[in-house]
Amino acid sequence: MSAGAGVVPLPYDAAMAGSLLGPEARAIALSAYRWMTLGRALDARMQGLQRQGRVGFYGAATGHEAVNVALGLATSPADWIVPGLREQLAALVRGHPLAAYAQHLFATDLDPARGRQMPCHPSARDVHYVSMSSVIGTQITHAVGIAAGLRARADPGVALGFFGDGATSANDFHAGLNFAAVYHLPVVFGCANNQWAISVPVERQTRSATLAAKGAAYGIPGERIDGTDFFRSYATLRDAIARARSGNGPTLIEFQVYRMTPHSSSDDPTRYQPRDWGARAASHDPVLRLEDWLRKNGQLDPELEGQIRIEAERQVREAVAEAESAPPPRPESLTEDVFVDSRPFVPERGE
Amino acid sequence: MTELTLVQAVNRGLRVALSSDPDVLILGEDVGVNGGVFRATEGLQKEFGPERVIDTPLSETGIIGTAIGMALYGLKPVAEIQFMDFIYPAFDQIVSELAKMRYRSGGQYPCHVVVRAPYGGGIRGGLYHSQSTEAYFAHTAGLKVVIPSNPADAKGLLLTAIHDEDPVIFLEPKRIYRSLTGEVADGDYRVPFGKANVVVEGTDVSLFAYGAMVPPTVEAAQALLSEGISAEVVDLRTLVPLDEKAILASVEKTGRAVVVHEAARFCGFGGELSAILAEKAFYSLKAPIARVTGYDTPFPYALENSYLPNPARIAHAARAAARTQ
Repeated sequence: MSAGAGVVPLPYDAAMAGSLLGPEARAIALSAYRWMTLGRALDARMQGLQRQGRVGFYGAATGHEAVNVALGLATSPADWIVPGLREQLAALVRGHPLAAYAQHLFATDLDPARGRQMPCHPSARDVHYVSMSSVIGTQITHAVGIAAGLRARADPGVALGFFGDGATSANDFHAGLNFAAVYHLPVVFGCANNQWAISVPVERQTRSATLAAKGAAYGIPGERIDGTDFFRSYATLRDAIARARSGNGPTLIEFQVYRMTPHSSSDDPTRYQPRDWGARAASHDPVLRLEDWLRKNGQLDPELEGQIRIEAERQVREAVAEAESAPPPRPESLTEDVFVDSRPFVPERGE
Repeated sequence: MTELTLVQAVNRGLRVALSSDPDVLILGEDVGVNGGVFRATEGLQKEFGPERVIDTPLSETGIIGTAIGMALYGLKPVAEIQFMDFIYPAFDQIVSELAKMRYRSGGQYPCHVVVRAPYGGGIRGGLYHSQSTEAYFAHTAGLKVVIPSNPADAKGLLLTAIHDEDPVIFLEPKRIYRSLTGEVADGDYRVPFGKANVVVEGTDVSLFAYGAMVPPTVEAAQALLSEGISAEVVDLRTLVPLDEKAILASVEKTGRAVVVHEAARFCGFGGELSAILAEKAFYSLKAPIARVTGYDTPFPYALENSYLPNPARIAHAARAAARTQ
């Protein structure tokens, strides 16, 4: 990766960065860069493997890394992540092993979700990362219910419900924000607005000036921020989480990001994106923007940058190699987990 | 023991669960201050507080989605849908999320939500207060479907549902919410899932029913007895899990089967029951399997008594089966 080439610089000097990230600013920024580099390396590798037919499907989060890493770093272990579509990196930041996630991507016998879902739909209870479906928006009310549970048990955790721009048109966005506001629950809603719901641009989802503005209708503070800016993403999440944790109710955050890849490995964005989209997105590449800032502030030199990249690629290579050689789920697991007492699969007579 | 109506038995069951387990809570429209439009939750908010008996905004998808979140966290929510006819805004939550959560997470996220809903006709409720669409839910892997037919079962099955580790669709026959009473044991007791109840023993024909169709089916059996026909009535109690053993044992004994439900016939639960009998009891059958059901129409208002199976229709089908040698 070469830094600087055309990215919009992050508009902070060291003092401003310190005021956004707090006393640990330098450590947080470098840690964020390592995680974002890992996410980028994983996306690159998996998209390549998908093209080779070695993995069935992949949905990259390239362009979303600043939000996802901020989500991982700004939350505490007691918090719960209810993901929308592309927040998998947050689970890794929270401590879900990359090796386990790779087993999920290859749907092996060692996948914690037992190979039941398409790739990029992990379940990671070890880090309070909820199982996601492919249905858009249904998870928003789950975050509300988790928040109600947290409050019922006087648990200090906060629920973080994430979704994309398209989900703001779905039923459960309305139900979820409304319930959360009525009950004044400890929940933070994060809308990763990457400006595309597959082929439909965000202008076709709403006439609202912003998605964050929708919070006002529910009595929820809403804020739109630059989600390719790690500093702003982290600080906004941290403050919203603190608000929720101290009993001051929900917040809606709209993270403006750029989807830098197709919607998924099954999509061809040349059919619908304008020609200059790639260049606009590249100028807001969240990894390069942070990299540029770290260099300018003396935290990153080419040697360290190389080390971080090589280390990320090594981790990905090792996790992938291990998962690719793991066995598929046992056939008899087909009928397990439907109910708590479901028995292993036994073919019926004549089958 | 106390003599209770079915809706009172539901109320007692909820009270027992709320008293004995702090993780149990109730949410739904009008369930709090008002005690539910059928009064199933009467007095519970006063006793357990608005944090445990929660009035919700008017959104079925919000109710079920929120209940799912509560269950993911570890609580045991009992969600009320005011009428089964209004469950469809939550159908996506029930079918896409609730039913699949355990499976898709490899067992990491069990989701023990009980969805209570009054169902069925006979109350002059027209299209949207009368339907019996249990088959939609029975068809979806991952959901248990429970339909009590009397007060004692209503309480015992409800307590089993609330303490089950999986999602349960608990359908309450509103037509007999108050029209009959029965002895109900005090305190906590459980009626197990997957155990049908032979309400009337007989030797000539097996009549299978559940929920609000059990009383007219018993009435039909009594009428048949005076004609010298010994009909057995089997109350299924739970459609999922289904007590196949009891169903097959009955038909192996009688050789004849009549399936009764008030839901429409086409692709109704009776179709599944008939298929099971055809596959597994074929050589015991002396007569074609008969179905007595609602018609393949939307639920009617003025003509609901023509739509609903009654003792005469049930007896007619049973008589025809019993006379086939």
